[in-house]
Amino acid sequence: MHDLNVDINHITRVEGHGNIVIDVKGGKIRELRMDIIESPRFFEAMALGRTYKEVAQITSRICGICAVTHTTTSIKAIESVLGFEPSIQTIRLRKLLLNAEFIQSHILHVYFLTAPDFFRVGSVFGMVKDNKDDVLRGMRLKSLANDLCALVGGRHIHPITLKVGCFSKSPELKDIAAFKKRIVESRSDIDVTVKFFKDLKTPEFERETEYISLTSPDEYALYGGSIKSSDHNGETAPVDYLDRIKEFIVPHSTAKHAKSNRNSYMVGALARFNNNYEQLHPKAKAAAEEMGLKHPCYNPYMNNIAQVVETVHCFEDSINLIDDLISDGLSDEKVELLPEKGRGVGATEAPRGTLYHEHKMDDNGKITYANYVIPTAQNLANIENDLRSLIPQVLNKKKEEIILDIEMLVRAYDPCISCSSHLMKVKFVNE
Amino acid sequence: MTKPRVAFFSFTSCEGCQLVVLTIEEQLLELVNLIDIVSFREAMSEKSEDYDIAFVEGSITTTSEIERIKKIRETAKTVIALGACATIGGINCLKNQFEMKKVKEIVYGEMADNFDTIPARPIEAVIKVDYWIQGCPIDKDEFIEVTKAILLGKKPRIPDYPVCVECQMKENVCLFEKGIVCMGPVTRAGCKAICPTYNDGCVGCRGLIDDPNLSSHKNLLSEHGLTVDEAISQYMLFGGNSKEKYE
Repeated sequence: MHDLNVDINHITRVEGHGNIVIDVKGGKIRELRMDIIESPRFFEAMALGRTYKEVAQITSRICGICAVTHTTTSIKAIESVLGFEPSIQTIRLRKLLLNAEFIQSHILHVYFLTAPDFFRVGSVFGMVKDNKDDVLRGMRLKSLANDLCALVGGRHIHPITLKVGCFSKSPELKDIAAFKKRIVESRSDIDVTVKFFKDLKTPEFERETEYISLTSPDEYALYGGSIKSSDHNGETAPVDYLDRIKEFIVPHSTAKHAKSNRNSYMVGALARFNNNYEQLHPKAKAAAEEMGLKHPCYNPYMNNIAQVVETVHCFEDSINLIDDLISDGLSDEKVELLPEKGRGVGATEAPRGTLYHEHKMDDNGKITYANYVIPTAQNLANIENDLRSLIPQVLNKKKEEIILDIEMLVRAYDPCISCSSHLMKVKFVNE
Repeated sequence: MTKPRVAFFSFTSCEGCQLVVLTIEEQLLELVNLIDIVSFREAMSEKSEDYDIAFVEGSITTTSEIERIKKIRETAKTVIALGACATIGGINCLKNQFEMKKVKEIVYGEMADNFDTIPARPIEAVIKVDYWIQGCPIDKDEFIEVTKAILLGKKPRIPDYPVCVECQMKENVCLFEKGIVCMGPVTRAGCKAICPTYNDGCVGCRGLIDDPNLSSHKNLLSEHGLTVDEAISQYMLFGGNSKEKYE
């Protein structure tokens, strides 16, 4: 088949609204776009005039799945303006909360949003008949992650205790210790998860691109670090993120696109895996090997597998963080931060990739400027480039199979489209 | 008896409320036995134009969304507004303090004209709504209570008293006594006073109760050092659609 007309309206099992339009005639791609038709949210305007203490509560609402990351990143931007370093306890609690969000988000993505494709069913509900145990396991792990978020943050979606300076209320030490027991007992569910995903046949496809993520000498960077690209050796401090990341507007998308060294790049689990593999927990490296994920990997479909690897890592890292909290003790903290005029940038890894929040504020602590660069927006140009490369390779398949290949590719990126619109309708055009 | 056909829709939102629905986990599997979920874009590939009950998350912020929500109202017998964006407008209404032209320029610069946006509003500004599930995000138990009530043909039990009642029942120390400003006295309960329980002032995400004592609350805010503008700013965080009430 040399002609193809694909028009996927509101691609399903991704967060947010996107359409994919592809028009191939005589083997040549005439049109290929991922239309982001999510209503523009205007958060960068909504933050204006709000105070430095409440802006994180607003940006939390950019996304339900990555609420913790948005809240954390806004807080870090504010603390960066004020030149404030939070206590070790606060950093540990923030890392624990972030780990919990990673586990929650990755498990939601791999079990609920992508696994159905491997079983050729429309949703996780369709998996219940033949794979009930797997569905229940996914739900147990998600529930565990949600409960950890609730323990540290009050709740996962739009966390309450996560504030500028310190937590509004620290969890009780006995509750943290009891939770460790739960995590340790859930290791078996994680082990089975690795085996479950090892058996799913990931499509073969390769396209090397630039991989960007945070990096840190101390650990597998999620909470903080400098900006690293796979294309060169240097690192960039978050405050200079605009030297590295160039955003631009495209007419077919309410989300901006981004480029760096090449005309597109990838962020997210696979990018982090490629850039920072050495620092993964040994159990996570073992899981990667078991699931056939080699370092480095240029197959975007394997982003799902990289997410399982990171889930293993976050599990083990959380146990270590809890041990540190138990040994050093936990207390309620109170920090009073006075406003200062200035500019600050927070950079954090969200489950889907590097997130930047830039804030400027005046002497009264009112936000005068906001810029939010979202992981999914950074991936959009790369998704389109991958599709451009993929389409010629799959043109000979049946149409339903091509559509599935396309949808699975987009889903593998785990796009969070509501986030990305400050800002995939696969439209096969057959003639 | 055929199972009711249920669909979930999202408009301008963070999809957090739908995510809460997905977190009811094992009860979700039981619920799936009682109803036919025919459309839930975030979780399912199957779609349908034929449904009896529609849960709608998100505000209306573009002209195309007006058409979409009207079509949903024509199709469904029952429409439930899910979460603050849909029930009271929520965070999205912060955009409304700007002129639409200005807000587009701030974010999209020269490409501003490419984008369609209108002042954000709750869905009841466009269609008739049958039930409201408040909160940002919604409360899991309230979702189950309302869904059960709809399926049984009963009236759901939604509190019409302020968050203070739930807060006191939990024996929390009042935040005002700790010098923390709180919207609890005028905000609808049903969240079990979760934010004050974690030492954070209520932000009013569940909307005002039917007959809020705004004048007393304003005095209280003033006693705690808030200027009139600061007080209005607090009300406007989630309640931006009802500006006239606060002035």
